[in-house]
Amino acid sequence: MNVVVCVKQVPDPNSVGQLDPSTHNLRRDGVEVVLDPGDEFGIEAGLQLAEAHGGTVTVVTMAPEKGLDAIRKALAMGAAKGVLVSDPSLAGADALTTAKVLAAAIRREGFDLVITATESTDGYTGVVPQALAEYLGVPAVTFAKAIESDGSSLTVRRQTEAGYDNVEAVLPAVVSVTAGVNEPRYPSLRGIMAAKSKPVDRLSVADLGLDGLVPGQAIVSVQPAEQRKAGEVVEDDGTGAHRVVEFLAAKKVI
Amino acid sequence: MPLDRVWVFAEVLDGQPITPALELLTRARSLGGTVEAVCLSPEAESAAAALGDHGATTVYAGTDPAYADLLLGGPGADALAALAAEHSPDLILFPTTYTSRDVAGRLAAKLDVPVISNGLDVSVDGGISVESSIFGASQNVSTRFEGRGPALALIRPKSFAAEPSGGGAPRIVPVEVPIADQHRSARVVERVIDKATGPKLEEAPIVISGGRGLGDPKNFALLEEFASLVGGAVGASRAVVDAGWVPYAMQVGQTGKTVKPTVYIACGISGAMQHTVGMKGAKNIVAINKDADAPIFKLADLGIVGDALKVVGQVIEELKARQG
Repeated sequence: MNVVVCVKQVPDPNSVGQLDPSTHNLRRDGVEVVLDPGDEFGIEAGLQLAEAHGGTVTVVTMAPEKGLDAIRKALAMGAAKGVLVSDPSLAGADALTTAKVLAAAIRREGFDLVITATESTDGYTGVVPQALAEYLGVPAVTFAKAIESDGSSLTVRRQTEAGYDNVEAVLPAVVSVTAGVNEPRYPSLRGIMAAKSKPVDRLSVADLGLDGLVPGQAIVSVQPAEQRKAGEVVEDDGTGAHRVVEFLAAKKVI
Repeated sequence: MPLDRVWVFAEVLDGQPITPALELLTRARSLGGTVEAVCLSPEAESAAAALGDHGATTVYAGTDPAYADLLLGGPGADALAALAAEHSPDLILFPTTYTSRDVAGRLAAKLDVPVISNGLDVSVDGGISVESSIFGASQNVSTRFEGRGPALALIRPKSFAAEPSGGGAPRIVPVEVPIADQHRSARVVERVIDKATGPKLEEAPIVISGGRGLGDPKNFALLEEFASLVGGAVGASRAVVDAGWVPYAMQVGQTGKTVKPTVYIACGISGAMQHTVGMKGAKNIVAINKDADAPIFKLADLGIVGDALKVVGQVIEELKARQG
């Protein structure tokens, strides 16, 4: 089973993000960037399937040059190959453009299964997996919280608002995985060394035969949101619980 | 910019439209233009009355039995694309649910028009824009659609209250877009509902949520006891859901549910942005956390710096004593 895993490099989720005031793009300078923690679950899922059924895992990312670090981490975990699509014209690309570019890169590789996270930890648009599936002409089995496979089809436990659905899908397909679907492995020292000699293709938009990618949306304003004011914060001296009960009584919910 | 026609995509659960779709119909009524709903479910016709009650003058109803056991993303996008080509809506609103996200994402690719996610409101002054908040709701962003339509927007549940319009029964227009074979390669073979007791998380007047600070999954039982004493519901942070302590259905936050209870009580939750997006709309917030520097205290009306387990245990004792 040949698996392509889409990954993204994001500003450290523990830092507070900022938009560039003139371009409204995410500021990446001076901000620590990391492989999106949500993507480690997809890489792990891909590695487990490839190990069980044969085949390889290829990681694809669309990112500035620095995105190579995210690919290297996936290669160190065990992926066989990386593809970095990097092009100045993609700065600030919207979700649809991202899906278009990823689809073109994936089609070039060939695939039985494409795995993504459900959404990135910086942009949170949460529509790239579905758009990608549409471009690739395959079903999108989204929000997977467990995946099993016999090699040619998948059984996926898909999150729903009320519980979950059990979904059967014949490959090829796109699957988006939720965090917690597995326990991602740590790269071993050997894996980290081996990653240095694994192949990484570097592609531009022109290499993919795409041009005239025009975003159909524009950020027109960014304003600080009204913030809640902090109230009273007290050290629990044994009366904390009483304060909570008094508070509930004052708000007339008990 | 006056709109001619606004659509709401309405999923159906147990024969009725889901509440977030009714919220969007309520908002759509004040945007100007004709408000219509698109509903793809074997039960679409029985759901139509409630859609009409909330302002849909027409319901495009696809009743193919296959909608019940296929993933709706592919066939839903096909049907909407065909309907949009025929009726030219200016704007299609989708609630941010798993399935509507699937439909909206595929439709955007199919029509080659953008979809804007995580909306909290739409405005139609000087073009159609979606208001959203980013970076843990620290900043509000307005994003305008450019180029050709329809504009596609995913709006978070609970952004508006659902209110009936007093409108009459809608006109029902059958949708007869065939389901392509490519969409039949994935099938839902079973639907499992997580059993929950007490009020629903989204509707409870008190929500008590737990995070890593509870120390152990079994301590959620204490929150359940607290909730049952006050008629509340129990929520959770992403960290403990990811760690497998509690089911995803309990998650409050960016990737989980949005709640707006009268009182929200965060127990052992640090207050990462991922979480606060889903609860900062609560009328009152109480936080209990060992770490005095936890960001959750910046939002709390009442903050207790202490061991959440211990405090909750004492709260339960006091509530029991009060209730005699």
